[in-house]
Amino acid sequence: MCGAIKGGPSLEGVDVANQAVIQGVVLRGEQPVGNAYVRLLDRNGEFTAEVPTSATGQFRFFAAPGNWTLRTLAPRAEVVDSQVVAAKGSVAEVAVAI
Amino acid sequence: MSRETALVTADWVEDHLNDDNIVLIEVDEDVEAYDKGHIPGAIKLDWKKDLQDGVRHDFVSKERLEQLLSEKGVSNDDTVVFYGGNNNWFAAYAYWYLKFYGHQNLRLLDGGRKKWELDSRELTDEVPSRAATTYTAQEPNEDIRAYRDEVVEAIGTKNLIDVRSPDEFAGRLLAPAHLPQEAAQIGGHIPTAGNVPWSKAANDDGTFRKDEELQSLYSDAGLDQGKDTIAYCRIGERSSHTWFVLSEILGYPNVKNYDGSWSEYGSLRGVPVAVGDEPGEA
Repeated sequence: MCGAIKGGPSLEGVDVANQAVIQGVVLRGEQPVGNAYVRLLDRNGEFTAEVPTSATGQFRFFAAPGNWTLRTLAPRAEVVDSQVVAAKGSVAEVAVAI
Repeated sequence: MSRETALVTADWVEDHLNDDNIVLIEVDEDVEAYDKGHIPGAIKLDWKKDLQDGVRHDFVSKERLEQLLSEKGVSNDDTVVFYGGNNNWFAAYAYWYLKFYGHQNLRLLDGGRKKWELDSRELTDEVPSRAATTYTAQEPNEDIRAYRDEVVEAIGTKNLIDVRSPDEFAGRLLAPAHLPQEAAQIGGHIPTAGNVPWSKAANDDGTFRKDEELQSLYSDAGLDQGKDTIAYCRIGERSSHTWFVLSEILGYPNVKNYDGSWSEYGSLRGVPVAVGDEPGEA
């Protein structure tokens, strides 16, 4: 399908030009993980936000430009940290494997 | 108040799922979370629809709360155990709110919904039915709620604790990074406020840190136990979490939650504002 979204949730209706979006999907093997929690930590490791993943394992943050860490917690899994850089007007896609 | 009188563990909740005089109530920012699955026997309160006035920018009156809890089947002598998502932000808000209206037996489930899910404990989509009651709320306890005039007067005299993230405190963000709405007109913080993000009081799994860790967290940030304390955030829910820590777990006297918080203060004309990472001058 033309324009199919891989990774994070659909951006339909989101004014991406004015946002620094970080989004993606949490996967266990090939399977999306719908009961994980993704925390957004700032450049100093400070908690900024947290979201539960959707039924399809997806998450999204509206961040500020800069360096961020995603910390993913899920049942029966080790904590996973992923580094990501956000920029205004762009969407940083992250696939987290647990 | 103490940890023992304010908090219950997930194990304790599992052991008391069938107790008639214990009412589990889920309160989430995501008001659909309950419908996707909840702790067996738990009822739902919608923090916006049920607890906000809807016309005035305020929470519901004593009379509407009485009507709500009566319909939900909550009695005055029930022990109410709140839990929810977002590390119990809105559950702590509901706890503070029922305390404001004088409910006696209140608890928070340590770790909330997240801890329950991460432990892979049982969730159900079965909605319980509770027989209606006649609930009587008390007159508001204004000792735990701060209003804007008191907050302006507190600059440089009382402990002001801004519990938002450092980027919100400094004015670089107007709202948490997953909620781009309900922002104030400007960014920054109330001058002289210390920034102790609510999250520092919690472990990654949402449970509260140990008493000693919590005590040093706030004393290191300059909280003077000889002074009254006002906590605030953006709309008053994260600061309920910190109010809960200071008042209900640590038992500090004279702690108020400013539920108008930055969404109100940052839209007021003529009040002092500080930007950047430092508290700023009175």
